[in-house]
Amino acid sequence: MNVPLTWYLLVAAALFCMGLYGVLSRRNAIGILMSIELMLNAANINLIAFWRYIGPEAMTGQMFALMVFAVAAAEAAVGLAIFIALYRSRNTIVVEDINLLKW
Amino acid sequence: MSVEQGVFIVLSAITLIGAWIVISNRNLYRAALGMVLSFFGVAGLYALLNAGFLAVAQVLIYIGAISILIIFAIMLTRKIMDREAVQSNNQWVISALVALALFGVIGYTLAFRVADSWAVSDAGLPSEAVAALGEALVTTYALPFEVASVLLLVALVGAIVIAREK
Repeated sequence: MNVPLTWYLLVAAALFCMGLYGVLSRRNAIGILMSIELMLNAANINLIAFWRYIGPEAMTGQMFALMVFAVAAAEAAVGLAIFIALYRSRNTIVVEDINLLKW
Repeated sequence: MSVEQGVFIVLSAITLIGAWIVISNRNLYRAALGMVLSFFGVAGLYALLNAGFLAVAQVLIYIGAISILIIFAIMLTRKIMDREAVQSNNQWVISALVALALFGVIGYTLAFRVADSWAVSDAGLPSEAVAALGEALVTTYALPFEVASVLLLVALVGAIVIAREK
């Protein structure tokens, strides 16, 4: 293992922070969802890197990553269904214009 | 620099360039393609970490399913793809500062505070890593496995109900 663990963690941190910027700055709901996927991937890189370097004999890290896969798939399906329903009723998915629940 | 480090740097560059396209491109469709590029880089990183099954699952689930689903949604809400449409809100400067500050804190901590203080294990991989993962799925982690299937079922039904034409 020639690559130090810290390198993986730094790449994952960079990916996470780019995703965070996307979530905070995008106006479009689909753009926000894509940034969330980036953040989930960053977390997955960390899980797999720690699995490989700290405890490769137990499968816990890979299991966690698989659960993240399942949650990401569920989240994308429900999220996009919500956006399509919103687009149908409000004709926009710009988050600033979606304030139905704002008091 | 060893070959492994070179491969790591190339894969990281692919991942981060893809992520940059996702967060910066005005055209949402191109942003989705950048996301595919980023996912490919992440799949390569998994392969480099000897997690072969996850690399394949990444290509199948993230690139094959989630990205295509997102591209479908972009196509179905077509008006928003206008090239003139402003894609970032008026708090993007402060968002960039927050993200950079977070990266600064994490990077400083990783590079100078905890640098390589992890108890890196010398244990080799299980000879049949995929078989071991499959066995763990139905023995130690049988409950999370079942819960994941229920979650996917609920999400499937929920997505159909929400998106259905009234």
